[in-house]
Amino acid sequence: MDTVTSAAVELRHLDNLWIQVSGTRCNIECRHCFNSSGPRETSFGLMTLDAVSQAIAAAAARAVREIYFTGGEPFLHPQLLEMVACALTVAPTTVLTNGMLISDRIADTLAALATEARYSLEVRVSLDGYTEEMNDAIRGRGVFQLALAGAVRLARRNLLPLITIVRTWEDADERAVLAAFARLLSDAGCDRPRLKILPALPLGRELTRVAGLQQDACVTTAMLEGFDRDLLMCSNSRLVTDRGVWVCPLLVDQPDARLGTTLEDAASLYELQHQTCVACWRYGAICGNVSARIEGPDIAAAPEAR
Amino acid sequence: MTRFALIGGIYSNWRALETALSDIARRNVDATFCLGDLGAFGPYPDRVFPLLQEAGVLCLQGNYDNSLAGGLADCQCGYTDPRDNYFARLSYDYTFRNTSPVHKAWLGTLPMSRRLDVNGTRLLLCHGSPRKINEFLWESTSPDAFLRYLLDGAGVDVLCVTHTGIKWHRDLGDGRHVINVGALGRPENDGAPRVWYTVLTIDGSSDVEFIPIDYDHEALAADMHAERLPGEFIETIRSGWWTTCLEVLPQKERARGRF
Repeated sequence: MDTVTSAAVELRHLDNLWIQVSGTRCNIECRHCFNSSGPRETSFGLMTLDAVSQAIAAAAARAVREIYFTGGEPFLHPQLLEMVACALTVAPTTVLTNGMLISDRIADTLAALATEARYSLEVRVSLDGYTEEMNDAIRGRGVFQLALAGAVRLARRNLLPLITIVRTWEDADERAVLAAFARLLSDAGCDRPRLKILPALPLGRELTRVAGLQQDACVTTAMLEGFDRDLLMCSNSRLVTDRGVWVCPLLVDQPDARLGTTLEDAASLYELQHQTCVACWRYGAICGNVSARIEGPDIAAAPEAR
Repeated sequence: MTRFALIGGIYSNWRALETALSDIARRNVDATFCLGDLGAFGPYPDRVFPLLQEAGVLCLQGNYDNSLAGGLADCQCGYTDPRDNYFARLSYDYTFRNTSPVHKAWLGTLPMSRRLDVNGTRLLLCHGSPRKINEFLWESTSPDAFLRYLLDGAGVDVLCVTHTGIKWHRDLGDGRHVINVGALGRPENDGAPRVWYTVLTIDGSSDVEFIPIDYDHEALAADMHAERLPGEFIETIRSGWWTTCLEVLPQKERARGRF
């Protein structure tokens, strides 16, 4: 029966280039971190400016649609702003950050880059609670105030941050929680809050944070029948790191998810063997900026007229 | 020389459509195409159909039309923000309830794209992108190389889309163009109540002109009030600033607005 076989997905087009610019180095150690980043974590290191420029050029040659900088904490990289400027000449660019290192000087530079570039610059600031107590229980002591201050510095410069929140509450509380986040941000000076909600993923430290986390099986070929594969990162994204190219940002701990040393040799089929693939299948387009499920009738075969 | 009028995103704004069709009638175009999303947002959804049909407008399906025709549960805009979803649901339920079965069935007969060949210039008209009916092509998130890739994939020189509600034009050189034709249904988040459509002239090269339409938006606001549509929608029609469905806007387009 092929219904129990894990499915394989091909890269249709490199829509999204992910750059793990700071490796797994981070100034904090969140309890739910999917790749277990932290101050002492060195499984992935900083990428060089050269390596990042080459990846951007290779992605540009493949008509990339969006570029994302992630980590770890990207602002730990001393050349991040140069890299962002380079990426913005090619495609809309997003930085995923905990916001704590965004000083007035960095906010000024980011705002100037955002204004000058043809393409959008998005800064995604992670916040996991609308109170200091709620946030810092997950992200660490003192993080709430610094992250909020970073987000406000951006908002005051009309670079409206996307506040990224991992869902750690019950469904019944959804409305109240989101309203509380919006209120917090408005009161702090982000008067046009943009929220992106992520599901908690059964990965990294999250596996130890939540006891008895649902352990799903792999994605089967039957699960992909009639399913829009564009919702799976592996059909449209690749992650470059200092140790090669991975199929997606979520699977950096999985040796089989390393596809090669360059983007050119990482365009192969990927077999969806991991629980994380089930999460991607279930929630769709988790990692992009808009949580929206961009799916719908495929129009490639539409009838011609006239 | 061939000249087309390209309209899109009508969103039940029958008053703007009526004004735009009068404007188009004076411009001596060879054909008028509507790139989809006839319903949504505005009042009396059935009113746009006779206007389009009597003017001989050649229509495509948008995601909204596809949903209405197929009896789908939502508009396929894909919002996740609860506030956006609340308004999207309200708008979709109202439009679904007030679109006649005949018009819904007609929407289902519309093609999802059209290919044209004008003396060797190849065009593709579609709603969202050549890949997806509901893929957003915003000006600030569509790199040149990506647009060339879409043109290559479709095998055309000129691509015309709508779906985002904000017009733009990219001249990629070598006679290649991507045009977001804008929307007649809703102003484009710039603080002015006027709406836009596009005139494309092909005469060896392609010339793109965006046409502003000033219409009786206060009368439309009164229609919407009479139909008990949300104050937030009416505010957009009167002020030109978007108040809902903001989630999908990229930074540049969002930062230009008020909300």
